[in-house]
Amino acid sequence: MASTVLGRAEGRARVVGAGSGTLLGAGLATTWLSLLVLLPLGAVVWRAGEGGLGRFWEAVSTPEAAAAIRLTVGASALVALVNVVFGTLIAWVLVRDRFFGQRVVEALIDLPFALPTIVAGLVLLALYGPGSPVGLSLAYTRAGVVVALLFVTLPFVVRTVQPVLLELDRDMEDAAASLGAGRLTTFRRIVLPNLLPAISAGTALAFARAMSEFGSTVLISGNLPFRTQVAAVHIFGQIETDNTTGAAAVATVLLIVAVVVLAGLEALQRWAARRA
Amino acid sequence: MRRSSPLALRVVALVYLTFLLVLPVGLVFWRTFQHGAGPVVDALTRPAVLHAFRVTAVVAAWTVALNTVFGVGVALLIVRGRFPGRRALDAAVDLPLAVSPVVVGLALILVYGRFEPIGGWLETHGLQIIFAVPGMVLATVFVSLPLVVREVAPVLAEIGTEQEQAAWTLGAGPVQTFRRITLPAIRWALAYGMVLTLARALGEFGAVAVVSGRLVGRTQTATLVVDQSFQNFDQPTAYAVSVALASVAIVVLVVVNILRSREQSRA
Amino acid sequence: MRTRVTALLAALVLLALAACGGSSDKASSTPTSGAGAALPAAQLSLVAYSTPQDAYAQIIEAFQKTPEGKNITFTTSFGGSGDQSRAVASGLAADVVAFSLEPDMTRLVKAGLVAPDWNAGPHKGIVTDSVVALVVKQGNPKGIKGWADLVKPGVEVITPNPFTSGGARWNVMAAYGSASAKGADQAAGVAYLEKLFANVPVQDDSARKALQTFVGPPGKGDVMLAYENEAIFAKDLKHQPIDYVVPDDTILIENPVAVTSSSKYPQQAKAFVDFLQGPAAQAIFAKNGYRPVAPAGKSPYAFPQPSGLFTIADFGGWSDVTKKFFDPAGSVMADVEHKVGVSVG
Repeated sequence: MASTVLGRAEGRARVVGAGSGTLLGAGLATTWLSLLVLLPLGAVVWRAGEGGLGRFWEAVSTPEAAAAIRLTVGASALVALVNVVFGTLIAWVLVRDRFFGQRVVEALIDLPFALPTIVAGLVLLALYGPGSPVGLSLAYTRAGVVVALLFVTLPFVVRTVQPVLLELDRDMEDAAASLGAGRLTTFRRIVLPNLLPAISAGTALAFARAMSEFGSTVLISGNLPFRTQVAAVHIFGQIETDNTTGAAAVATVLLIVAVVVLAGLEALQRWAARRA
Repeated sequence: MRRSSPLALRVVALVYLTFLLVLPVGLVFWRTFQHGAGPVVDALTRPAVLHAFRVTAVVAAWTVALNTVFGVGVALLIVRGRFPGRRALDAAVDLPLAVSPVVVGLALILVYGRFEPIGGWLETHGLQIIFAVPGMVLATVFVSLPLVVREVAPVLAEIGTEQEQAAWTLGAGPVQTFRRITLPAIRWALAYGMVLTLARALGEFGAVAVVSGRLVGRTQTATLVVDQSFQNFDQPTAYAVSVALASVAIVVLVVVNILRSREQSRA
Repeated sequence: MRTRVTALLAALVLLALAACGGSSDKASSTPTSGAGAALPAAQLSLVAYSTPQDAYAQIIEAFQKTPEGKNITFTTSFGGSGDQSRAVASGLAADVVAFSLEPDMTRLVKAGLVAPDWNAGPHKGIVTDSVVALVVKQGNPKGIKGWADLVKPGVEVITPNPFTSGGARWNVMAAYGSASAKGADQAAGVAYLEKLFANVPVQDDSARKALQTFVGPPGKGDVMLAYENEAIFAKDLKHQPIDYVVPDDTILIENPVAVTSSSKYPQQAKAFVDFLQGPAAQAIFAKNGYRPVAPAGKSPYAFPQPSGLFTIADFGGWSDVTKKFFDPAGSVMADVEHKVGVSVG
């Protein structure tokens, strides 16, 4: 979101306030972020390195740790992709369509934000676990993990795409239609490029959230090592067995993955914003 | 007149939302009020629960206040500022979202715990962070950090600086400009960001659990009560408190949404 | 309904007024008659694991009625045994600590927060006992009678993950002990563990969560390994539809308690711990499903005496056992989980 916008703002580079004011503000913000985010996360990374690189590698390459990391990253990536499709679709329907109860649906989208994650997990389990009224049993499977993650990440792509769709100038679409282009072609070649920055921004957030999710997946995942144990629970296990360094190591790997993916998505945003 | 969106899309979207969202949430509410409102009110008026709501409210209020102030500041910096490391700041803002609550607790204790250098120094000067409300506020601020920034920043970029520049040339100071030009423009985005922060703060469990010390009647939040109640087979209390929390968040979300769309249709 | 809402509002207002400072527990009531010097006033911080929460609430009330305890107030904290132990090690203030297994106490000894001679007293620092029991659904539909039934094909066993739940280790050692003739035949014991964990479809991260999984929703599993006191809690105190079987061969679970060396009120804390091991408190523990360590009069629960009861000492004590069985980097259980993961996944 912000970076899409950075692309456009760059064209009108202006600074509000005198230079020293900005620097002071930057200093304050950096201090705040440091105390709150960078210092604690730095402490984790530091802790991870305490036993040296060998110990770090050992901790993250055990079969359990590797399996947990793979499951977490894999499930988060899958969830991000599903959200790209369904998030855009839902945003489209909400913006371009008119139907009874639309306002309600609109408000419902933010619901996953409102529900505590442990409750979300429990309810998903009741619905999609053994004894499910819907006849599915996803508990203790990787599919269950994915469903739980889809729930908590639902709002992200929808909410980033919606405002952009609203702003979108329809003239080009109408022009394409009058020239005979099919709906899908119009979408693919005119609308989508404009949505790409917003989609990437939302996907970044959804991916990040999925990576960190602990509360709702624990209940539905079954915590089976190698099969359904997500990295967050594995980390918890390491802490429980007094292997804080190992826990910090796996946490650091997750952080690195998150930073890489977030940076990549941000680059995608900027590239797409320049093209649009 | 040609429908601007095919019916098929609508159906797919609604089916997806029904199975993923409506059914689960509906189930929560149904289970809560299965036996009427009486047991719900009973559960909610117990002293321990009321106290937990108070703790949650205090932590949430601080979180929203802090994240609003710094969120707007950081958004302004990211969008309008020109300084080395601006991109890094932008990227750092999203980072908390990717950190699991288990790690948040660990990280905060590593820095602010009593036996750590910084935490120890603070504690000898009378400021206890971990296992007290300040630590819980820190943890909650951490996990909700990006929300205000990511709502306000796009709007700031959209509106551009022309109006602010005009105010400047007319002699307004930076604070005045902010108060009378910038703030009204970002008002709804900011409100929405604050509400998202509130919702996240009300529902946060993992990170707070670790740094709270679970002191009964002191640092127990409503979500900790939910967890404890589930584990003690006291499902009515667990569901009642969850629904209470969710309802507050939902009500505020809906109100802001309505007000915002009304404002947008007027504009 | 309106009166209830008014009550809710009134309660909120009262709470807000009474909110400034103050402890959570009420101050003492009038003391009963009896000799015994009242101790100087103090506020003790009790940090304990989660399951005896109700028991401690009742015990604290009883303690405050005694002459020693009448000026003493409490703050309490309950949570997973490992979580609580780590919290104290990270600086959570505590005068009395009570955990579900010894390694959580040892952690504090290593951190210098509990004296190394905490277990030197007559009860060796133990305040309650229990045993590992086999919990089944009401009516025992699968006819589970002992350890051999757990490794039959098609039987689903629920137990927490011993690497995320310290308490789950009692389960593993009970299973191992029964199959290995108290540790004599290690190969048989390990083989049993492998077969057992092949029948475990889900390993929750804590004992209470495992109980939730078993009882439901979702109600998964045919038999669950749990502490006897947990089974009594769920069955008799919370009326959940379960039964339990105490096998002949099982391990004695011993829950430690100690005064911290950082306590500001060591005299009062020690008085409380002494009270815990006295008849009044032990009777309360017994009522809550724990096996008392001191004579406690009659208990509402039959605590069957397993003929083949063994203790952790039979395997060399917790420090040896932790290293040999539960080291994530390489141990019996790490190998078992490995085998289960590889063969099933």
